[in-house]
Amino acid sequence: MEEMMEILKELDWSPLFISIKTGIVATVISFFLGIFAARKVVKASPGKKAVIDGILTLPMVLPPTVAGFFLLLLFSRRRPFGEFLFEEFGFKVVQTWLGCIIAATVIAFPLMYRNARAAMEQIDVNLVYAGRTLGMSDTKIFWKIIVPTAGPGIASGTILTFARALGEYGATSMLAGNIPGKTGTISQKIAMVIQDGDYLTAGIWVVVVMIIAFVVIFLMNLISGKKMKNIGRW
Amino acid sequence: MSIKVQIRKKLGGFLLDISFQSGSRRIGILGASGCGKSMTLKSIAGIETPDKGYIEVEGHTLFDRERRINLKPQKRNVGYLFQNYALFPTMTVEKNIAAGLEGSRTEKEARVREMVKKFQLEGLEKRLPGQLSGGQQQRVALARIMAYEPDVILLDEPFSALDMYLKDRLQQELMEMLADYKGTVIMVSHNRDELYRFSEELLVIDEGHIAASGETKELFRNPVSREAARLTGCKNFSRVRRVDAHTAEAADWGVTLRTTREIPEDIQWFGYRAHDFVPVWGDRGENMLRFDLESSALLPFERNYYLRPGICWFVQREKIEELDERGMPDYVLFREDKILFLK
Repeated sequence: MEEMMEILKELDWSPLFISIKTGIVATVISFFLGIFAARKVVKASPGKKAVIDGILTLPMVLPPTVAGFFLLLLFSRRRPFGEFLFEEFGFKVVQTWLGCIIAATVIAFPLMYRNARAAMEQIDVNLVYAGRTLGMSDTKIFWKIIVPTAGPGIASGTILTFARALGEYGATSMLAGNIPGKTGTISQKIAMVIQDGDYLTAGIWVVVVMIIAFVVIFLMNLISGKKMKNIGRW
Repeated sequence: MSIKVQIRKKLGGFLLDISFQSGSRRIGILGASGCGKSMTLKSIAGIETPDKGYIEVEGHTLFDRERRINLKPQKRNVGYLFQNYALFPTMTVEKNIAAGLEGSRTEKEARVREMVKKFQLEGLEKRLPGQLSGGQQQRVALARIMAYEPDVILLDEPFSALDMYLKDRLQQELMEMLADYKGTVIMVSHNRDELYRFSEELLVIDEGHIAASGETKELFRNPVSREAARLTGCKNFSRVRRVDAHTAEAADWGVTLRTTREIPEDIQWFGYRAHDFVPVWGDRGENMLRFDLESSALLPFERNYYLRPGICWFVQREKIEELDERGMPDYVLFREDKILFLK
């Protein structure tokens, strides 16, 4: 017990903030990109749909290290695109916090996209037609009718995206590395201290992660629960 | 008030080929499910695009393939009442009504209040569609359409999902609500009673083309084609061997019928409605048929007899008592003024 207090006193909390910041930014990006992609795919012809859907879902199916491999190929400064980004805009991705965000976004995005898409495909197409015959623009129909009606599905997609982004390990460690105070996320911290045999510190971080996860899911259920009150119970 | 439609659309093996024009305020389209009647409405609204043809409402061209005109649904000013009403589930009644409105906030609010009052929705403004009864939902859907002041209102099977009791009341309610609407209303249905009650002019659609059209009551009296007769509820048909202008043999019924009306030379079928038979006890006269009773069905207000050779005879309540008293008749009589001459 005393040993734990000692550790807690001297604990570097930076992984917590890095993880939460990364999770939030990646979730916000995935939220808009996911909804946008879902809309495109729902409207696409069946052939196109299959191809685009395959590409967008790939990061979820592949091992994160494979995604990490591709991200490194793309963003490494020894590769054309990475070099271009750095030379033209001064963006450094590898071994930076930006890398954390990109890795987390790529891995978590499919969850947002798939949930948003499933929710949109459930919507009665007559709602769209009704909106159109009432003179509403397609953009207005989308934001005022489709998104709210798909609300519960989009909310659950957001929870899962945040949870996934928060815990991302494989692609992040390859792209962003584990630089304490910069790219060292909780997941990476846990892996690192376990390698040193420091189960106590690892345990503290595990508890922190679990608390965050519970709070997030509880909050989101509260929000989507309110929205769902007009939907029947089983 | 006028509408002109001439459209063709191919869907797999199905060809929709509809052409009509009408100046009536209330037009009905009758057809079995899958005959293309909904597709016709959707083409008028711009939800579906025909392969060929044109659509004109009140002198505005909505669609013309040759002139490459195809207005978006948003620009057509056509109101569409969906079978399930398609109310926006996350919007309150007020917001649903205001959904298509443009203008300032106060203008919109005034319009919504006017509609709420007109459609007796007071007190329900803040409710969500899921918290409304079927009748209230219909009123909201109609208020939402009327708020937008469309040139035409299209009703797509508005009653087919309702139970019998509600159906009758909502039909009446809908007619009352539409009574002071000046534009054209087109209602599509597979139910002849609904359309008989609603429409001034009727189009009968069968397998993608118009089988008959005309003034509604007249069309029920004289459906002209066999398909139209069947869709308007005629149950009995027989092939015809015409003898002379007033005599013809009904081959499938095994009876020779005489009429004072002239039988057209191109007649192919006789039709006879199941309610029009007259029971006869005693001696056989002209236009009478001897039959064998095959089976019968008891309904709350009706009795249905199925006679050999393949004839349906529906007897209404007041006549049932007579039948119970006197037993089955010896013959049924075809009233000559009720015989339908069909092509």
